[in-house]
Amino acid sequence: MIYITRTALELGFLYALVAMALFLSYRILDIADLTTDGSFILGSAVSVTMAASGHPYLAIIAAFAAGICAGGVTAFLQTKLGVPSILAGIVTNTGLYTINLMVMGWSSNVSLLKTETIFTLFEMTGIGGKWSEIILAFGVTALTGILLFMFLKTRMGLSIRATGNNITMVRASSINPSLTITVGLCIANGMTALSGAMVGQYQNAADINGGTGIVVIGLACLIIGETVLGRRTVAKGVIAAIVGSLIYRVIYAVVLYTKFVPVQGLKLITAIVVALAIAFPTIQKKGQFQKRKFMAIHKGER
Amino acid sequence: MLEIKNIYKTFNPGTINAKTALRGLSLNLEEGDFVTIIGSNGAGKSTLFHAIAGSFYVDEGAIELDGKDVTFMPEHRRSRSIGRIFQDPMGGTAPGMTIEENLALAYLRASKGGGPFRWITKREKEFFREKVKMLNMGLEDRMNQQVGTLSGGQRQALTLLMATIVTPKLLLLDEHTAALDPGTAEQVLKLTQNLVKKDRIPCLMITHNMSHALEIGNRTFMMADGNIVLDVRDEEKKHLTVENLLARFREGTGSELDYDRILLSK
Repeated sequence: MIYITRTALELGFLYALVAMALFLSYRILDIADLTTDGSFILGSAVSVTMAASGHPYLAIIAAFAAGICAGGVTAFLQTKLGVPSILAGIVTNTGLYTINLMVMGWSSNVSLLKTETIFTLFEMTGIGGKWSEIILAFGVTALTGILLFMFLKTRMGLSIRATGNNITMVRASSINPSLTITVGLCIANGMTALSGAMVGQYQNAADINGGTGIVVIGLACLIIGETVLGRRTVAKGVIAAIVGSLIYRVIYAVVLYTKFVPVQGLKLITAIVVALAIAFPTIQKKGQFQKRKFMAIHKGER
Repeated sequence: MLEIKNIYKTFNPGTINAKTALRGLSLNLEEGDFVTIIGSNGAGKSTLFHAIAGSFYVDEGAIELDGKDVTFMPEHRRSRSIGRIFQDPMGGTAPGMTIEENLALAYLRASKGGGPFRWITKREKEFFREKVKMLNMGLEDRMNQQVGTLSGGQRQALTLLMATIVTPKLLLLDEHTAALDPGTAEQVLKLTQNLVKKDRIPCLMITHNMSHALEIGNRTFMMADGNIVLDVRDEEKKHLTVENLLARFREGTGSELDYDRILLSK
């Protein structure tokens, strides 16, 4: 039981980076960035391949850089070439499939056997004993979260937030929306790839299909977190991404352990949860209208 | 300050919807000029503003701001020295960000120095508070509240403050009080006059209120059919009444001033 909880928390922290990335692209910039799935695998592919050749630390940095590049491609398509944002993400994502295979030496999965990863190296320092993995995962996620929060308070960060918040205002001000969207998407995809990099080394493997649906799962985490914490401020948003991810992974573990629903069914449930959560305001509005209509008709009869 | 030489703009050229919105318009704005602009529907008032701000590039002619040719300068670069306020009070501020952050955005972008990774300093926070205090709306105690919670008048006042927090070379006001209730409109207008006067900001203000057009500023433009048909200034403007303004419009264009929202009296 402790083992399961621990694994859930470890994965929760690692995947929280994706939720934070989506907080930046979806909530702050108001762009549904479908590059996410591809960036995640790109991160794990780069990370695992480089760790296999003996550079586990450099692997993480390289994966982050690779993610930034992926985000840059999507942003370029969108801001400079006028490709609609959703399509830009899909196009990059599709292209990344080949890139990811190439990174993994044209094989659909790469495993780390007895090679050092940042997790094994950290374990050897003796910090935390059997909790060392969770401490490392927490450390990386917390640090990224703090950096993201601090970044969003800078001049560039404020400009990015304004771009997603009121594009009319941004166009009339001296902010260049192309630049803010580009920087935002680069950082978001960098974080997604960082998540992939950490997960890859944690699981000692990278798989070409390992990122399917990660964008929806990330959104689910974000929405769960926001439901618990609210989403008024930037700080709350960042923390919500982490908390939501932890909750999601605990639920996942419970399902896995109790076989309450078949594990294969989890993606469908996740999709339904996300669809309902995003549709909620519309459903609410329609409900109110129907109620009003019903009342009006009812009154008329009397 | 602002010199416009013979600008033309045609939208949808070569199609059945082709519309020439600016026809060889020229104007020269001197330092400290406060111009009110009136004109019929479709006279090109807002189009003129968009041309000056760079929302599109003009087909012909040149625009010079402060001695610099800005004809082909992109919108976001011109915005460094041009403050703009629109009719929609929701358009000028970011609702999801705090009062302080909105001001910081306006201040950081327009002021020189400091890289993209600069934070708001303590001193700047104090400076913003002082500025907001000048609005007399009690907003200085709500600096960390989101702008989306403010009223339209408060938001428009804040927009005005944002546009002038770093003194712009030119201020463009496009019926910025039209969507506010009369009391708030007067308040925002007063504030506008104070801010403009204090820093001697050259200012163009479109209005549909004839008495405002005559009372405020030192010059009045009347626009019709993509051009300025009447330019009244200083002494002459002081003696102008709504009646003889309308008469002169008729003389100048051969038609009545036709604007569905125009207010002839207070």
